Amino acid sequence: MTPNLAALFYLGSGILFILALRGLSSPETSRRGNYFGMAGMAIAVTTTLLLLNVGFGGFIMIAGAVAIGGTIGAVIARRIAMTAMPQLVAGFHSLVGLCAVLVAAAALYAPTAFGIADEMGGLKALSLIELGIGTAIGAITFSGSIIAFMKLQGIMSGTPLVFPGQHWLNLGLGIGTAVFIAFLVASGGDAKAAFWIVAVLALVLGVLLIVPIGGADMPVVVSMLNSYSGWAAAALGFTLENVALLVTGALVGSSGAILSYIMCKGMNRSFISVILGGFGGDSVASAAEDTSGRIVKQGSADDAAFILKNAGKVIIVPGYGMAVAQAQHALKEMGDALKAEGVDVSYAIHPVAGRMPGHMNVLLAEAQVPYDEVFELEDINSAFSQADVAFVIGANDVTNPSAEDDPSSPIYGMPVLQVWKAGTVMFVKRSMGSGYAGVDNPVFFRDNTMMLLGDAKKMAENIVKAMH
Amino acid sequence: MEAIDPNIYRLAIFVLAVFVGYYVVWSVTPALHTPLMSVTNAISSVIVVGALLAAGAAAVGIGSQFAQGLGLLAVLLASINIFGGFLVTQRMLAMYKKKEKPAPAEKPGSAS
Repeated sequence: MTPNLAALFYLGSGILFILALRGLSSPETSRRGNYFGMAGMAIAVTTTLLLLNVGFGGFIMIAGAVAIGGTIGAVIARRIAMTAMPQLVAGFHSLVGLCAVLVAAAALYAPTAFGIADEMGGLKALSLIELGIGTAIGAITFSGSIIAFMKLQGIMSGTPLVFPGQHWLNLGLGIGTAVFIAFLVASGGDAKAAFWIVAVLALVLGVLLIVPIGGADMPVVVSMLNSYSGWAAAALGFTLENVALLVTGALVGSSGAILSYIMCKGMNRSFISVILGGFGGDSVASAAEDTSGRIVKQGSADDAAFILKNAGKVIIVPGYGMAVAQAQHALKEMGDALKAEGVDVSYAIHPVAGRMPGHMNVLLAEAQVPYDEVFELEDINSAFSQADVAFVIGANDVTNPSAEDDPSSPIYGMPVLQVWKAGTVMFVKRSMGSGYAGVDNPVFFRDNTMMLLGDAKKMAENIVKAMH
Repeated sequence: MEAIDPNIYRLAIFVLAVFVGYYVVWSVTPALHTPLMSVTNAISSVIVVGALLAAGAAAVGIGSQFAQGLGLLAVLLASINIFGGFLVTQRMLAMYKKKEKPAPAEKPGSAS
């Protein structure tokens, strides 16, 4: 295959990737879109294999690597629980980052294999700059995603880890990385040590960037790492002069950036403040003393079942707590039981509910809740005033009116679901603690609020039982 | 006139692709943001192209054994991502279903 023909095929796979993302504009077209993506990948891989001149032995080794990796990937994809999707995606991001570093290293050691060597068999300065940037971003993606994975999986506490001088240290590491990239370029690619120093500094930087970010900010982190993995691929696309990598990197990079933006807007926080971290730790102690004097109305599953059954319209607001308790199936059953009683049931999703963009939607889809019963914040917020019951399960901060009327609140300005406008508000919560932001929710103390304390899944099951 | 550096063309492709990405991603429905992440993750494994070229490095000469080793490892990692990413996306997308048919009992406000 000639390089020109190969470049055309790579362009084709880039277009198929665009169509794959385009398909996601609606659930009906999304499945076809995914097939476009697979086809694009198949074309890119086949084209590359036809370019290779490896002989039978080399081909067997490559096939072996694909078979091992493919099997691991397929098994993970089949077994993974939907509630574990955020950590899975974080884990996958780390692989892309590591891959970028490995490919960059290979390009540095054997540029002729990529057809990018100059007459002397070395790399051009521009290629080296691109390669250095790709390595740095790849390494940050790798180690940052591993930290994100550990936080999401619960191996590491979600509490932000902050220490004095942190930002200066990060800045120093960033500058150090840039300096060693410059070394690498100045040496014409001979200073292999500089390359590895860049990789190590960026690895450390990746860890330090993510450790200060709290659990509730994880949707931003996961989106941001998604974006980084794209930019790393794009940088290597420049080095390797490959159109498929360039286009894909640009798509993924901008996709992750847009998701980060949407998540930040959903929390009314600036991207910078999220990155600087320190927010969203354990509940602040002051939350407890405020509540002691105030009265909350607690209810049982039977009380809840009675009110729900006699309602005309119920809006269910799921949050991260639902994911933790794996309550989505029990919740769907409750919704079905209510529908059987003639109640109008819909679901309201806050953009940052859960630990990654769209987390709640996937869980509800898994429980076979039809997606046309599930609404985004701006589409359903006006409907709470007509609802008889707002049933909040495992969410807190996203329903807090302080975000609208208390300028001193840390979450002031964040768009929230106006559950308090419903006739009755029910909160299914494990305990009376405050949310991730460490802020009290005044809705808890209203007369028309009923607290249903207990495990979300058990509560939903008991309500279903009580309805019969 | 001097010929234009091919790098400029690559930059042009990249910039235009960023714009395409921008408009395409804004049209993605928020309900599908998780599949969006997993599918972008899968397609970013197209870095396997570089990994494959590296894995073929042994054929081109001295000092490339190391590059070949790195390449094979990268092929393995990228394969996890490609298969895992597309299959998990497919699994998720298969779950998004519409209401079977509008049940008559569901008229808002008909009960109570």
